[in-house]
Amino acid sequence: MPNTQELQDLVIQVRRDILRMVHKVNSGHPGGSLGCTEFFVALYNEIMDLKDGFDMDGIGEDLFFLSNGHISPVFYSVLARKGYFPIEELNTFRLINSRLQGHPTTHEGLPGVRVASGSLGQGMSVAIGAALAKKLNGDDHLVFSLHGDGELQEGQNWEAIMYAAGNKVDNLIATVDRNGQQIDGATKDVLPLGDVGEKFKVFGWDVLEIEDGNDLEQVIAGLNEAKSRTGKGKPVCIIMKTEMGNGVDFMMHTHAWHGKAPSDEQLATALEQNPETLGDY
Amino acid sequence: MTKYTDQGKQDTRSGYGAGMTELGRTNPNVVALCADLVGSLKIDTFIEENPERFFQVGIAEANMMGIAAGLTIGGKIPFASTFANFATGRVYDQIRQSIAYSDKNVKICASHSGLTLGEDGATHQILEDIGLMKMLPGMTVINTCDYNQTKAATLAIAEHHGPVYLRFGRPKVANFTPVDQKFEIGKALMLNEGTDVTILATGHLVWQALMAAESLENQGISAEVIDIHTIKPLDSKAILDSAKKTGCVVTAEEHNYLGGLGESVARVLASHHPTPQEFVATQDTFGESGTPEQLMEKYGLNNKAIEEAVLKVLKRK
Repeated sequence: MPNTQELQDLVIQVRRDILRMVHKVNSGHPGGSLGCTEFFVALYNEIMDLKDGFDMDGIGEDLFFLSNGHISPVFYSVLARKGYFPIEELNTFRLINSRLQGHPTTHEGLPGVRVASGSLGQGMSVAIGAALAKKLNGDDHLVFSLHGDGELQEGQNWEAIMYAAGNKVDNLIATVDRNGQQIDGATKDVLPLGDVGEKFKVFGWDVLEIEDGNDLEQVIAGLNEAKSRTGKGKPVCIIMKTEMGNGVDFMMHTHAWHGKAPSDEQLATALEQNPETLGDY
Repeated sequence: MTKYTDQGKQDTRSGYGAGMTELGRTNPNVVALCADLVGSLKIDTFIEENPERFFQVGIAEANMMGIAAGLTIGGKIPFASTFANFATGRVYDQIRQSIAYSDKNVKICASHSGLTLGEDGATHQILEDIGLMKMLPGMTVINTCDYNQTKAATLAIAEHHGPVYLRFGRPKVANFTPVDQKFEIGKALMLNEGTDVTILATGHLVWQALMAAESLENQGISAEVIDIHTIKPLDSKAILDSAKKTGCVVTAEEHNYLGGLGESVARVLASHHPTPQEFVATQDTFGESGTPEQLMEKYGLNNKAIEEAVLKVLKRK
């Protein structure tokens, strides 16, 4: 096991980054970002085999693709704190002339990002392509991807899910953030997704579940279990249950904070609940 | 007049297939994707010789474009091919976000463009694809005129880094450019020098333009014919040089006049050298079933239509 305390400290600090980034520009998506903080911290600091520095091709290292690009705050914070770019650059989130666009892009040359995302439902196809390139290159590293659950309403996902199973793309681990919320309300009310894990299974994927995606040890154990199931002829799917807005009491149990920034007072309250650990940017 | 003669009718899509065969043998990074239209795209030999470098995605074009984008990460050069309608309009947002905005080195290769796919009708006859693709920042847009040029363009785009839309067609048409004609992206091809009028043509209309020029010559009209195979980036210099010489222009394309070659040419002329221009193109309409020849006649996209446009534009000089 890693030094869990260090990772826990990082989780808290990333939550502070998310809240402060979104508050500063009064826009962005804190809910899903807070819900996936443990996942990102674990993935980049414990799970993935990464080279130093960044090059687009990423040969000889694991790759990650964020399909639900609106949770860019957590992605940017974790990339910065991993050393992909200066932590102070988080100050420029969503500002003019910034590399930290509202949704992630390669277009401004931000290290750590390999494809633009934001228009939903496209990330799994790209991850599959990158996984196929790894196989062609004889590179036995893995490709990880993250998808919102509401995003699965986009049909392209199901083309990709069918393809990955049918073509044994078994170096791919796709995680679904099953927080049950989307902009207009609960997924069960907007457009019910049914049993997402069962759907992946009948399409031919190996599926496992992380019961509490906001429990760091469970996330690490789940991702390690997923890794152990790669290379066996099936793509691997993790259904990860999270709480949108996790870590801030008034942001949980609602979809209200999907795409809304906190006020000054709300920020102060939220930061009190997540006291500084590694130093604010 | 013209030094170009029909070496025998061939389809441009077979030129693509021949180019892919050669790339399969010469460039190990080239990979091919197709959405259940392998036979129509003529890539059987590439697949037979390089099965590990071919990805059959089924009837799922959105997924194909995303997979193609992903394959570039790792250094592959994906050629994603299907019919033009399904390669553009159906998957515009996938191309926009995952390929163009993401600066991915994907080659979108589209057969059955325009009216000349014929009997299948308007559901398959896209006349808007040049416009859709040329509006995407960073996208190179090429529309080839014959078999030899399509093969040469297929080889050339593999050497070009960045997203490309390569448009070609279904029917067998005159193959008239030399087999050793170098294909330079963004460099217009002078086919016939003239002094009275400039005909700027792309795709299947290039041969029609040459036929029109021959007929016009018999009437004492000297027509310059330039093949604008690359619609973006446009060879503005070649267009302006010719327009300044002749003083009037006809553009000809198998595409809607909205968004096509003609509008790109008009922008260049309006900005630098306002010149009378006539547009041989479809008039903001869908197509219909029919033979390619019937359709090109009905929608005014053949040598006769070009000739009429020339006579009209000459009166506006």
